[in-house]
Amino acid sequence: MKPRQQRMLAVGLAALGIAIAAALTLQAFKDNMMFFIDISEVVAGNHPAERAFRIGGLVVDGSVQRQDGSLEMSFRVTDLRCELGVRYSGLLPDLFREGKGVVAHGRLADDGIFVADKILAKHDENYMSPEVAASLAANAATETESAGMNVSGCEPV
Amino acid sequence: MIPEIGQFALILALSLALCQGVLPLIGAHRDDAAMMSVARPAAAGQFLFVAVSFGCLIWAFVTDDFSVLYVANHSQLALPTGYKISAVWSAHEGSLLMWLLILAAWTIAVARYSKELPQKFAARVIGVLGLLSVGFLLFALLTSNPFERLHPAAIDGADLNPLLQDPGLAIHPPLLYVGYVGFSVAFAFAIAAMLSGDLDQKWARWTRPWTVIAWLFLTVGIALGSWWAYYELGWGGWWFWDPVENASFMPWLIGTALIHSLAVTERRGLFKSWTLLLAISAFSLSLLGTFLVRSGIIVSVHAFATDPTRGYFILAFLAIVIIGALILYAWRAPALDSAVGFRLLSRETFLLLNNVLLVVAATLVLLGTLAPLIVEMLNGGKISIGPPWFQVAFLVPMLPLIFLLGLGMHTAWRSQDLGPWQRLFRVPAIIAIIVGLIIPLFIYGRVGLLVAVGCIAAVWIVASSLIQPLRSWRRAEGSAGISRSALGMSIAHFGVGFFVLGVTIVSAFGEESDRAMRAGDTIDVAGFQFEMREIRDVQGPNYSAVEGVVEIRRDGEYIGTVRPQKRQYLVQQSWMTEAGIHPTWNKDLFVALGDRIGGGAWSVRIQYKPMIRFIWVGAFIMALGGLVSVSDRRYRQ
Repeated sequence: MKPRQQRMLAVGLAALGIAIAAALTLQAFKDNMMFFIDISEVVAGNHPAERAFRIGGLVVDGSVQRQDGSLEMSFRVTDLRCELGVRYSGLLPDLFREGKGVVAHGRLADDGIFVADKILAKHDENYMSPEVAASLAANAATETESAGMNVSGCEPV
Repeated sequence: MIPEIGQFALILALSLALCQGVLPLIGAHRDDAAMMSVARPAAAGQFLFVAVSFGCLIWAFVTDDFSVLYVANHSQLALPTGYKISAVWSAHEGSLLMWLLILAAWTIAVARYSKELPQKFAARVIGVLGLLSVGFLLFALLTSNPFERLHPAAIDGADLNPLLQDPGLAIHPPLLYVGYVGFSVAFAFAIAAMLSGDLDQKWARWTRPWTVIAWLFLTVGIALGSWWAYYELGWGGWWFWDPVENASFMPWLIGTALIHSLAVTERRGLFKSWTLLLAISAFSLSLLGTFLVRSGIIVSVHAFATDPTRGYFILAFLAIVIIGALILYAWRAPALDSAVGFRLLSRETFLLLNNVLLVVAATLVLLGTLAPLIVEMLNGGKISIGPPWFQVAFLVPMLPLIFLLGLGMHTAWRSQDLGPWQRLFRVPAIIAIIVGLIIPLFIYGRVGLLVAVGCIAAVWIVASSLIQPLRSWRRAEGSAGISRSALGMSIAHFGVGFFVLGVTIVSAFGEESDRAMRAGDTIDVAGFQFEMREIRDVQGPNYSAVEGVVEIRRDGEYIGTVRPQKRQYLVQQSWMTEAGIHPTWNKDLFVALGDRIGGGAWSVRIQYKPMIRFIWVGAFIMALGGLVSVSDRRYRQ
């Protein structure tokens, strides 16, 4: 092949590859995108229906409950403004603890409890997922600003 | 005193790096031999002082100098000495110092083995490496000083993160860095070629061994990281498409493309500007990886603690490197065009396809990794992209790549006759289809479309990578046989086949079960009986643990005993899962303790992982192939 044809071939193949990649990416992104929703928003009902999403916050002290010898367990998560109940069955990460940050993947069941299929806690206990940190910081700020006033929705916890 | 010496040495290293980065480049521009001759001694001095600095930090760790903040945060009196040393690179500041040491080591290696290169060219290469050192030294000194003092000194340290107290993790980051940083050599060669405006086949022959060595270290580093995650993170996965894993994988993909494109440039003098672009990209992606890991902008289990100034610094450095290199590229690359041609059926075409597919794969990984950032910047909310997307998206360019690989290996340069080429593949193709169906059907009892495709592809690569070695072996009496570089290629591709087989089998036939177990319980997973004999307390040097003693049988026949532990490290009060693994060449049986769930029971994860070791063994074979190919005679003039 002449250099010009080579280049055309290269450009053509690259363009084709990129087009396929772009199409696939967009299509599959839609199905695999998982939104992180603040707990207050979930409590207010502003969460995606019919699909999985992520929540995060602090595990409420004393809220972890389980039946003896069963993998089923439940706990509550707070974003310092609202609380949400979570049900989970399975193994917990090593850094899951009351009072510490947690992220959960799952769906909201009809009874208003979040049914998690995956629980994440980070490998450094001083490290908090930026999403959770942002969600908590926002509420800590509103709390100070509106001291004494009744914040719409949930009571400050 | 010693820590101050360390910091002072780092400052001296910076001044020498400045000499090394500026004088030889000016000298090469002005044709001034005296200025160019500064390059090697300056590089040697820079290495010496960075090594002294690194030695001082090791000293501070080994002597438990808790008046140094970094030591106080990452070590402890009771920590075994080996881990005190590996704690040096367990967090941001120390690992940056290690990065510097490795960069300086690569530089003196280049200085040592570049005696045959034209003086001007060598001066430029060493100069560019010097400028990179300046950037990283400034980064260390301005934002991440490992020698910062703590007043008053701590009585005891905060301990090394228990996850990192493991031999696998002690050697995984150094190897990974040798690979990452090694791409800076290919980058420096590319910049030097563009500065001189002269890029010939000799250039590719000089660049190739350095690139392959960096690539093989990166391969081993990633494989070790994956293995470590498998047994130490406790949950039995081997790849999570985590942003930080992706950050090491993208330079690997581009580095792999670069090795192949360098082959074309070396043999045929083609793809020159494309090779330059890949050399720039491989190193830029290494920098991007550093940025992602150390700036904390991305949600990842690996991310270092957040510090925005560090993020801005690396981002600025990244911008200077990429924009500078690309401007130079836009200016100089068009002049490097070559006028040779090739036919459609030729090795050049296959290597072109290899490059396109690898670049597409890297682009997809990049998109998936950065998508959460982009969506958030556009106020689209906080999203994450799950592993299922990566698995599907990655397979699209990889499947054709795997099948084409077997063909491309046996296609002649420039032009290949169709007849003999078709005949050559008859046997490997038949073997691939038969063996590729036998493995899942007769060993694992069932076969689906994806499994069949995966197994056939794996056997296809293995079979076709054996053609050349077998032929030369049969013909070998008296003849010279196969060249080291062809043998290396065959070995590396053989490793790819192994890897593909492992991935296919473990994803298709692996089994996993989460259950509650008390002492005396028996659970059946994948035809194996796991009996919990005992759950007891044990003591380690700096942790206390609960240990399960699990006996594994198959139809009554004793197979082995594993002892999974749940450890509590005393200083940080943190919990760690230490999985119990019974490994054999063709399967792993994996037991991990979860939590105490009351009534004397524990939650337990039991996994059956067929052929999982093929994944890492395959990666090591790939690296071995790289090693064999750089030992070829033509790289050792």
